[in-house]
Amino acid sequence: MSTSFWVNGAEQTVDVDPSKPLLWVIREQLALTGTKFGCGIAQCGACTVHVDGQPVRSCVTPVSAVEGRQVTTIEGLAPAPGQLHPLQQAWIEHQVPQCGYCQSGQLMSASALLANNPNPSDADIDAAMQGNICRCGMYGRIRSAIKSTSVASNSDDQLFYNVAGVNHV
Amino acid sequence: MSKWTRRAFITTGIVAGGGLLVGVAMRPGNQVKDLAAKLGEAGDDLVHTYIKIDSDNVITAIVPHAEMGQGVHTTLGQMLAEELDADWDRLEVEEAPAIGEYASYSAGRRYLMAGIDFPNLVIPTVDGIMMRVADTLNLQITGGSMSVRTTGFLAMRTAGAATRQMLRQAAADNWGVPVAEVMTENSHLIHAASNRREPYATFAAQVAEMTPSYTPTFKDPSEYKIVGTHKPRRDIPAKVDGSAKFSLDVRLPDMLYASVLRSPVPGADVVSVDDSAARAIDGVVDVVVIPRASVNSMLGETLSTEAVAVVADSYWTANRAIQELQVQWSETGNESVSSEQIAAQFDRDLSAATERETDRMQGETEAAFSNAARVIDAEYHVPFLAHTCMEPLNATADVRDGRAEIWVGCQNPLGFRRDVALTLGMDPENVTLHNHPMGGGFGRKARPDYAMQVAILAREVGRPVQLIWSREEDVRQDFYRPAVQSRFRAAIDGENNLLAWENTYTNKNEPIEAPLIPYAVAAQDIGYVSSPVHIPFGAWRSVDHSQHGFFTESFIDEVANATNKDPFEMRAQLLQDSPRHLAVLSRAAEEAQWSNPLPAGRGRGISLQESFGSIVAQVVEVTVDEGNVSVDRVVAVIDPGLAIAPDGIAAQLESGIIYGLTAALHGEITIENGAVVQSNFDDYQAVRMNEAPVIETHVINSGHDIGGAGEPGTPGIAPALANAVYDATGIRVRQLPLNRYDFNTLVEETGVVG
Repeated sequence: MSTSFWVNGAEQTVDVDPSKPLLWVIREQLALTGTKFGCGIAQCGACTVHVDGQPVRSCVTPVSAVEGRQVTTIEGLAPAPGQLHPLQQAWIEHQVPQCGYCQSGQLMSASALLANNPNPSDADIDAAMQGNICRCGMYGRIRSAIKSTSVASNSDDQLFYNVAGVNHV
Repeated sequence: MSKWTRRAFITTGIVAGGGLLVGVAMRPGNQVKDLAAKLGEAGDDLVHTYIKIDSDNVITAIVPHAEMGQGVHTTLGQMLAEELDADWDRLEVEEAPAIGEYASYSAGRRYLMAGIDFPNLVIPTVDGIMMRVADTLNLQITGGSMSVRTTGFLAMRTAGAATRQMLRQAAADNWGVPVAEVMTENSHLIHAASNRREPYATFAAQVAEMTPSYTPTFKDPSEYKIVGTHKPRRDIPAKVDGSAKFSLDVRLPDMLYASVLRSPVPGADVVSVDDSAARAIDGVVDVVVIPRASVNSMLGETLSTEAVAVVADSYWTANRAIQELQVQWSETGNESVSSEQIAAQFDRDLSAATERETDRMQGETEAAFSNAARVIDAEYHVPFLAHTCMEPLNATADVRDGRAEIWVGCQNPLGFRRDVALTLGMDPENVTLHNHPMGGGFGRKARPDYAMQVAILAREVGRPVQLIWSREEDVRQDFYRPAVQSRFRAAIDGENNLLAWENTYTNKNEPIEAPLIPYAVAAQDIGYVSSPVHIPFGAWRSVDHSQHGFFTESFIDEVANATNKDPFEMRAQLLQDSPRHLAVLSRAAEEAQWSNPLPAGRGRGISLQESFGSIVAQVVEVTVDEGNVSVDRVVAVIDPGLAIAPDGIAAQLESGIIYGLTAALHGEITIENGAVVQSNFDDYQAVRMNEAPVIETHVINSGHDIGGAGEPGTPGIAPALANAVYDATGIRVRQLPLNRYDFNTLVEETGVVG
C-alpha cells in the first residue's frame, strides 16, 4: 500500500505497511539517516521531526498519519543548501554537541519552539525541550544556544569556563 | 601481523617496535609501505606514523583514539599541531585504522611503568616492548580519561616535534644553511637571512625517508599558540546538520536488519525456540540462534551468551517479530535472585569480613577506636546502573568469501577486530573494521558482544546485516556499574578531632585508589570483602570512583556535622599538607560564596575527589520545596595540570556532572527473579532539561602532570548533592538514588553498624 507525503519539500511515495513508523520509513526507504532511533517509545526525542511545523516523535507516528503532509527532517532544517538555520549556527558557536547523536532531535524541538515563540522564557524552554534526552548532558549549552538566537538576545553572555594559573608542562 | 619475527619487529618496528614513537619512514623494503598504502593517496607523504602531508600542504593528524563526544580528535590534534607548528586551519584529523601499528602502546609506558624516569636512550626500547605488548593484546582503547595523558602526551607531541625537527633538517640541507637558522611557522619553513619560505610539503617526500628522533626537543609551554587555546571541535559541524555518520547510519547494498534477544537472566542459553509466529510476519528473512562466545581483554572476560535474532528487510519488522518468539532459556540457578537478596548478601559478607583485603592500613586504628570519646558510624549503598548511551548498541557486518568487514562505533577497534576474528574463526588480517563516532560510549562500547553477534548473523545469511539492539535489550543486557555497600566508622576524641577512619566495602574493581581519602587522618583502615553476584560487571564512567566518591565524601561530611564543624573548613583543615587539593577546594568555596547563608529550604554541599589524575571540587546548591529536590547550581573547579582544550574540559565536566546527577537522582537498576526490571527511558530516567542545573566551571592550570577530563566530573556530584540536601533538610542520604527518599518527613536514618 502506498503513502505519499512531502519530505523537506520533495514529494515522496513509499510502498510500505501503513503502520510502519515514520522514523523507519525516513531511515530505510528514504535513506535520510540524520533522524535517530533512541527508544522507540517517544521517551527520548532523538527521532523528532516536524509534521506541518509541529514537532512529533517519528518513532511512534505511523507513516499513514502523514499522508499528504509536510515532513521536515534535520536534513531540511537549513533554509537552503550551504546555509545553516540560526540554531545550527548557535549550536556550533556554543559547541553544543558532544557525541551528537541526540542533536538532530534537539534542534528539531528547539526550532519548533522558536517558530512559535521567538522569546522563550526558561520555563518555555524547559517545557519544549524536556522530551529530548541528552546523555552527554549538554542542557546548559542547549539553553544558551536557544536564548542566543531568540529575538530578545543581543549578546552571548554565558560564561562557560574560566581558566586561571600558569601554563607549565 | 600475527607473528613477530625479529625482522618484522625491526622493520614494522619503525612504526612499531624499533619504534613506535618514531616513525615511519617509508623506506624500500619497510613494512611501513603497507601503512602508507592503507592511509595515503597519491601525492600524500606519510612522514610519521601520525602525520600525513599532502601536496597542497594540508597536514593530517592520524589519531589512534575513538570519538564519542569528548572531542579527542581535536584535542590530540592540538597537541600534535603545536609541536609541529602546523597551520591549524589547514590541519585535518582522521582516526587511525584498526591495525596493529596503532595499538595503545603509550598507556603501557604511562601506567605500567608509572614513576620510572627513563633515560632518553632507552625510551625507544621501552616503547618497543610496550608496542609489542599492546599489539599482542590488541589494545586500541579509548577510555580511562587517558587519551590526552598517554597518546597525547607521549605520542602526539613527540610525533609533531620529531617531524618538525626533520623538516628543518631537510630544509637546511637543501638550502645549505645551518639548521639552527631554519624556523617554522604555520606549516612553513623559513630562513630569514636568505628570505626563503617554503611549505612543509616541499620537503615531505624527503622527510619520509628520514628516521625521526625518539626524543625530540619540545617547546617551552610559554611558546604555546594552539595548546591551551579554544579551538572549535572538528566534529561539531557534521553533528548539527544530520550528516555525521554513526554506525547506525551505515547503508550497504542488499543490507538486511536484525533485532536480538538474550535471556532475561544473565548467563542462560537457549533451550528451545518457537519462531512460527515470528516467521509468519511479512518481511522476516531468518531466525538465527547466535552461539555462546567468550573473549578476554584488559577489562576481563566478555561473555556473550546465546541469543536469538530475527533478520528482516526492515528493523521495524525484525523488532516486531522478535517479540513474537517463544524462547525457553536454560536454568542458571539465579532465577530467584533479587536486589534485596543481593543487599542482604552484601550485609552478611561485610559483617563476616572473612578474607578482608586491605587498600590502606596506617596508624593505630584499633587503639584509636578503643580510646575514642565517641564513634560515628554509617552505611551506604548504591544500586546497579546501566550506561544507556543515546545510540543503542548496533553494528553492521558483511561476512563473505573468507573475509569479514564490520562497521561499528567502539572504544577498542583493534580489540573488536580480534574478537570478531576469534568468533568467526578467521585470521584478524582478514577482518576489516570501520570505526564510527559513537553516540555515547561511557565504557559500554569497550565490550564487543554486539559486534560478535552481527558477525555471526552476516555469515549465516550471506548478506550484509545491520544489527540494532532495542532500547529494552540495551538496558537489560548491559555490563552494569556494580551495586556496592560500604561501611564506615570514625573515631573522635574529646576535642572533636578525627582520629581514625575505618571503611569496609563490597567488591573492588578499578582504579585501585578510588576508596582512598586525601585527608590527613592519622589512623586509616580501608579495605574490602568479596561478595560475588551474577550481574555482569562493566566499567561505567569513572568506574569505582562513582561509588566511592559518594561514600567517602558523604561520610566526611557526616563527621563534620557530628563534630559541629563547617564541612568546608574541616576538609581544608585536613588538607594542609595537600596544597593542590586545598587550592581546588578553596577555589570552589570562594566561587560558590560558601560562607554566604542561604534562606530556609535551600542548602549547599561540597565535595572533593581526585580521579584519573585530575582534582575536582564541586559545590552544589539545592532547593527542597514540599519534598521536591531541585538542583539549582553547580560550581565545579578542576585542576587537570594543564588544560589542553579549556572549553573541552569545561564541556567534559558539565557532561560528567549531568551523567552523575542522573545516577544520583534517578539511576537504579533493580533485580527481580534474577533479571533486570527496567527497560527503557520511561522506567530508567535520565536528567532532562527541566532538571539540569546551571554549571560553572573553573580550571586551574597548576603545572602538574596532565590529568584526565572525561571522567573526573562524575564522582563528586552525588556527594555534593547529598550534602546539600542534608544542609537543607537535615536528612542524610545514604542510599542512591534520591528518589528513594521522602523529604517531606524529617526522619533521619540511623547508622547500621553498632
